[in-house]
Amino acid sequence: MYTVPTLDEFSASALDAAARELTAVLKSESAAISGESEWKALRDRWMARKNGILTQLNDKWLKAAPGPAKRDVGQRVNELKKIVEEQIDSAQARVEASAAVAQNESEHVDVTLPGTRRKLGTEHPLIRTLNEIVDVFKDMGYSVAEGPEVETDYYNFESLNFPPNHPARDTQDTLVIAGQQNKPARERLLMRTHTSPVQIRVMEKQPPPIRIVIPGKVHRADTADATHSPIFHQVEGLAVDTNITFCDLKGTLDYAMKALFGSSVKTRFYPSFFPFTEPSADVQISCFKCGGTGKLDGGRCSLCKASGWIELLGSGMVDPNVFQFAGVDPKKYSGFAFGMGVERIAMLKYGIDDIQLFYQGDVRFLEQFA
Amino acid sequence: MRISPQWLREFVDVTADDRRLAEDLTHSGIAVEGITGTGESTVFEMDITTNRVDAMNHYGIARECAAIYDLDLQPIKPKLPAFIREEPFPIEILEPELCARYTARVISGIRIVKSPRYIAERLMIEDHHGINNVADATNYVLMEMGHPTHAFDLDLLEGDKIIVRRARAGEKLKTLDGVTRELHPEDLVIADATKPVGLAGVMGGFDSMITQATRNVLIEAAWFDPATVRRTARRHGMHTDASHRFERGADWGATTLACDRVAELILETAGGKLGACHDAVARDLTRLPIQLDRAEVIRILGQEIPSNDLTRILRRLGFALTWERSSSSTGSGTTVVAVVEKPLAYSVEIPTWRMDVEREIDVIEEIARVYGFNNFENTLPTFSGAVIELPHARAETLTRQRMLALGYDEAVSSTFSSADDTRHFTGTEAVPLENPLSDEAPVLRNSLAPGMLNMLAWNFNRGANDVRLFEMGNAFSQNGDAVAHHRRLCFAATGRTGPAGADRAPLPVTFFDLKGDAESLLNLFASESIKFEAPASAYFHPGRSARVLLNRHVVAELGQLHPKFAAERKLKQEIWLAEFDLDRLFAAPLRSPRYQRLSRFPVIERDFSLVLDDGVAYEKLRRTIEALKIQELISISPQELFRGGTVLQGKYSLLLRLTFQSVERTLRDDEVSAWSQQVIQAIESLGGALRS
Repeated sequence: MYTVPTLDEFSASALDAAARELTAVLKSESAAISGESEWKALRDRWMARKNGILTQLNDKWLKAAPGPAKRDVGQRVNELKKIVEEQIDSAQARVEASAAVAQNESEHVDVTLPGTRRKLGTEHPLIRTLNEIVDVFKDMGYSVAEGPEVETDYYNFESLNFPPNHPARDTQDTLVIAGQQNKPARERLLMRTHTSPVQIRVMEKQPPPIRIVIPGKVHRADTADATHSPIFHQVEGLAVDTNITFCDLKGTLDYAMKALFGSSVKTRFYPSFFPFTEPSADVQISCFKCGGTGKLDGGRCSLCKASGWIELLGSGMVDPNVFQFAGVDPKKYSGFAFGMGVERIAMLKYGIDDIQLFYQGDVRFLEQFA
Repeated sequence: MRISPQWLREFVDVTADDRRLAEDLTHSGIAVEGITGTGESTVFEMDITTNRVDAMNHYGIARECAAIYDLDLQPIKPKLPAFIREEPFPIEILEPELCARYTARVISGIRIVKSPRYIAERLMIEDHHGINNVADATNYVLMEMGHPTHAFDLDLLEGDKIIVRRARAGEKLKTLDGVTRELHPEDLVIADATKPVGLAGVMGGFDSMITQATRNVLIEAAWFDPATVRRTARRHGMHTDASHRFERGADWGATTLACDRVAELILETAGGKLGACHDAVARDLTRLPIQLDRAEVIRILGQEIPSNDLTRILRRLGFALTWERSSSSTGSGTTVVAVVEKPLAYSVEIPTWRMDVEREIDVIEEIARVYGFNNFENTLPTFSGAVIELPHARAETLTRQRMLALGYDEAVSSTFSSADDTRHFTGTEAVPLENPLSDEAPVLRNSLAPGMLNMLAWNFNRGANDVRLFEMGNAFSQNGDAVAHHRRLCFAATGRTGPAGADRAPLPVTFFDLKGDAESLLNLFASESIKFEAPASAYFHPGRSARVLLNRHVVAELGQLHPKFAAERKLKQEIWLAEFDLDRLFAAPLRSPRYQRLSRFPVIERDFSLVLDDGVAYEKLRRTIEALKIQELISISPQELFRGGTVLQGKYSLLLRLTFQSVERTLRDDEVSAWSQQVIQAIESLGGALRS
């Protein structure tokens, strides 16, 4: 361990040698330290007021120096003091820098661990699809209308041109509310089998022009399986004005299907039967998976069953009888109506193979739509 | 129903191949659903819409082909012997409204044998195994021209006459299927002099059916009222080829032809002597011609149909057209008779087989569908008016978005519920179904809670234990004679909450997580007051539940599902549940945010460690402090709550943090100390004290 030597002589060469030795020791000691506590020990050893090496220099060299040498020794001691301070400061900087590095190193994380995901709520694929459809028609100037899920026979059937005891009613197995034997047939309550009753309710209240889109839940007495559900959702539309034609129906649905499924989708219409429209048309769109070719990856397209077309909508011109029930003059006004099943569209869109998945609340299913 | 294209081609000379034919038929509304077989044994599986009973047979579809391809349709012309025995056979129609026409012929001295091969083969198209030449003849004619006919063993009819009447009380009839049926006084029957021998339009009688012993037959071809046939068939739980057609409206004009065609086929193999045609017409169903206006065609379809196409289509379908000679006058005073080059209107006679065509619009549809829907342009209508939002559309959208933002997955559950559940979850009277799909769910839900619990159970059973779900939808209740709809929101959280990662364990859901979510939702709405009052309904944990009052109305209940209910449902973890009455919630207007000036002066926080009686609810404490009306007190916040340990029983300790700030100046220490003193005094007035 270095201690400040007592000088016998104060010649320049002797002072040089002593200063060299001291500087060499300082450098080697300062280079050797690592960590804050070692640095503090170093600082104290060299710079402490009480018995630090610099203090010793004062005592052993400066104070001991004879008069004529004092000036030279004083100058040398001052120089050495500066060197010591510099060395201690730079040692501190070095120690701090390496401490920071160590600190950062100790704080490192494994960036390949999975991120912590905050739980986000996911939209139900049905409601999401339903909203997408509604939005397309809203953008085309349609207002949203709603109606009750428990309807009267009158609104669900009779006013839509399903006469009592008519075979057309067979196509819509109906869930009926109990205990209504004493009511007139048309007032009996049932679970609406389609959203079409809202057409009548709106036309009764509001004179044309009418443009409405009607989303809603409907029910039928269907046994649940992979493709049937007693509960399902429809989006219905109605346009009534003095100038609405079959060509307008075609153009409107063609536009809407392009907006929903992409601009390359084509539509085609073929005759069908619904009691509340005349003429009535089923609407197919060209398969959006295979582009209407029926072929996919060299095989059959499973979505359209290789036909290139997917049946998606029912539609037609509002039957004059329906206008009469609703109090609209069929000589003055004409209109079109259309409807589609939301489940079917969502199943096609997302490749869902079992309709029951929609109603189970299974988070493993729901969270796929995040 | 199945169709043999080969058979069609006997009536109309279609050159298109079978595939093309199937496509063309489908595009004109006669849907071919599938094609099986090849060559001559090709069969079309048809899906004929319920209005088109006329096309539920080969001849009807051949007529469609004639219209599609503009081809001649071969008539069906039975060749009957020149000599016919004339003998009277009275037919009495006692119910002219229910039986408009009854045509019959007798053939005597026949032999019952097997049908010829071509008939047997054609019956096999519909998987009918031949019975005998007489029964097969009626089935063949049904497939060929669609009119249901029936053959009686004449010798088993009493009194040599046919009476079409309603059944009498107590009468029974054993039908061909061997079932003895108690007849209803509204059933229409075919009777002989003493008893019913057939259920009109539905099925013949067992005791008068054709057997090996039959020597003389009576052929029936009639027209029965659709609604009557339908009611009778339903009443007896029957659905036959005959009832299917009669209830959709058979061809009133085809009874004689059908009768003759059956007779022709029987005579071919059975021999015998043909009797005269007895045609009893009780009611003439001929309809007046329909006026078809060309302007109306354009008004509805939006596009002109060339008059050649229009007349060709209708004539090929069997409609007879004559021009309505109309003249139009223009100008004032002087009358100018315009020479009309194209007819403006037609008078259209409707063929008897088209019961579905009654109005001008029905004729327009005929034109449009055969002309081809895809030959019409796509146009967009012009509109006036604006898009109008439903009154609560925005509130509904925001509510849904808020639930999604709070991390709840959206769910849709069943509308139907068990009777037990509807008793437990609300006080409202549930609505039962007359024909429920299952005994487990025979009523409409009157709360969304049971459906939510079912969904949670579903998830637990599949290993998902951290679940947050919400559902918006209707619940229902009996309201006198009517059914009331209640718009509801239900949400549930269970398991652990908050993000979980390798470095951090998530926390279990508590009451305050649920309450916080409810508060975030309520924050969408403007309110004078929001209060949480314990407890909620009995299905909640009595100590961990609350009713939520918005502007003094209960809008929700929330809390932990009662452990007793959880156990009954085998839910083995705490379920936190809330159900909102959205009708009430949406009655409050949406809150519109207001800016408040931000202070640029420092905040000063003071913590108070308090001991309070259990009876002093936090709400009371807060209100008491707020009542001091210290403007600079900007926040009161409970930091830590503690019971037990050194805290005496019946008391709790609370660390309360008050935050002071002024928007105008830096607060002085002595001011804050003075306020703190006021606060302590207020707390002491509640029996509370600072912890020593």
